[in-house]
Amino acid sequence: MVATLVNPKNLVYSRPIGFTDTPTHYCPGCTHGTAHRLVAEVLEEMNIMDRTIGVAPVGCAVFAYNYIAVDFVEAAHGRAPAMATGIKRVLPDRIVFAYQGDGDLASIGMAETVHAAARGENITIIFINNAIYGMTGGQMAPTTLPGMKTTSSPNGRDVETQGYPIRVSEMLATLDGAGYIVRRSLHDPKNIRLAKKAIRTAFEAQVHGLGFSMVELLSTCNTGWGVTPVESLKWLEEHMIPAFPLGDYKIAPSVAALKF
Amino acid sequence: MAREMWKGNEAIAEAAVRAGLEAYFGYPITPQNEVLEYLSRRMPELGRAFVQAESEPAVINMVYGAACTGARVMTSSSSPGISLMSEGLSYIAGTEVPMVLVNVMRGGPGLGNIAPSQGDYNQACKGGGHGDYHPIVLAPASIQEAVDLMPVAFELAHKYLNICTILIDGSIGQMMEPVQLPEMQPVVRKEYDWAVSGAKGRSRHVLSSIYLDVPTEEKTNLRLLGRWREAQENEIRYKEYFLEDAEIVVIGFGTAGRIALSAVRAARAQGIKVGLFRPHQREPLPVQAGGGTVQAGPILPGGGDEYRADAQGCAGGGQKPDPGALLRAAGGRDALPG
Repeated sequence: MVATLVNPKNLVYSRPIGFTDTPTHYCPGCTHGTAHRLVAEVLEEMNIMDRTIGVAPVGCAVFAYNYIAVDFVEAAHGRAPAMATGIKRVLPDRIVFAYQGDGDLASIGMAETVHAAARGENITIIFINNAIYGMTGGQMAPTTLPGMKTTSSPNGRDVETQGYPIRVSEMLATLDGAGYIVRRSLHDPKNIRLAKKAIRTAFEAQVHGLGFSMVELLSTCNTGWGVTPVESLKWLEEHMIPAFPLGDYKIAPSVAALKF
Repeated sequence: MAREMWKGNEAIAEAAVRAGLEAYFGYPITPQNEVLEYLSRRMPELGRAFVQAESEPAVINMVYGAACTGARVMTSSSSPGISLMSEGLSYIAGTEVPMVLVNVMRGGPGLGNIAPSQGDYNQACKGGGHGDYHPIVLAPASIQEAVDLMPVAFELAHKYLNICTILIDGSIGQMMEPVQLPEMQPVVRKEYDWAVSGAKGRSRHVLSSIYLDVPTEEKTNLRLLGRWREAQENEIRYKEYFLEDAEIVVIGFGTAGRIALSAVRAARAQGIKVGLFRPHQREPLPVQAGGGTVQAGPILPGGGDEYRADAQGCAGGGQKPDPGALLRAAGGRDALPG
């Protein structure tokens, strides 16, 4: 309806075709909406929506299939890379991506993640790292920072008894099967644009059959962190980026040579 | 086609290939390793998908993904491995997508042993994973029956959008027998109106086992039950031996049923009026079939109490079995009494 009221010449921003018109269930201020939109924009720009199959996780993004307008399946907790593998092996000419949070990908599903990367499985993973279990109410995640308070580390994560956060991108970059592993952030417009470029590169790598690709996106959970949306963006910048440095952890030469 | 000597696990693998298997995902576990090993050669040779996964949970979720495309997909495992797959099996049942599971049972519980057993009867036939669902379970007693049931298994899985299990034990998996394999069927990829493949020229498909709305979950459960009842109507497979004048009826499936047949023949030779009822299909139970012919069921080769209860159902309410008369074969022990 908006399009009929606005002169197309003046329209600089609208909902991508890759996005459904379903209002999201995400908390106001959460960066999942931004990440979803970037994926939808990239799929639309690459004109691959009609041959893409998404795999939703268990976690806050469990209903990703309600928002990104492609064929979707819903995985068990942590098993999205395995499910994506099953689809991709049967339909190798389709584009298959999984969208996973840190509890899903780096805790219960770590084995599936590592082995999909080790096999060089030609799939793409969008990894949302917000250092907390959002959907279940803010428990400690494998990426929770030392000293960070969560509902299951109420006095702050004590590394003596609760261990240290896992840096997934750095770890996967050691695997020969990984083609493209980068970490970006969603805390400001500049970084959001860089994140979109990385998502595009990851999907281009898959289209060209260049192996496992993962874009880790540092994200916020203002509800779980107990701060306002604006404060959460600042907190991400000040605390998460030092612990999870942004950068390119693995770019295979074939991916680096991609032109698009 | 001539009969050839085949090892059970390899014959089952080749029969699956000939039934149009498009993708196999597996993980090593004894006594089913030959299925994995055979298909690691055979599937790539035919340009079909094969992955040795990192774990059984990964296996079953690869199967789940492939099943969502409508492909003919299979895995095989043995008792502890099936336990590890149970979550994924429940998701597959809840999402109403088809798959074939070959379960080569071994002794348990726990790590147990690698000897043949029927101890997982309850797990295999009553679901195994969480939630209200039953898989369809076929129980061959020979390698020939197993290979003959492979195409049937894929057809049943697709017809009822359910898991179809080939339930055997390590003895059928490991033994060699002369067998006539089924003809090679071409792989036919159909476009199903429920499968994911990329929403080209159609509205998009979403496959999930989530029904947060309780009445919708109930409807889903009733839909599964409806298909189950349809299978109960249409898909009963069994064999009867010497039941016409039998005063004692033995009920047994798979290897135990086969051993029981030898015992029944030996008893008949001594003039004892004994017969055998051997279900090919453990679930849905051949209740109606059994009810019409079986008089009583005092001797039950195979697993535990739950099996006895089911066998009573087969026997159509005959006299109450005497537990002392049970011929048990749990924990990998030979079903024949010492």
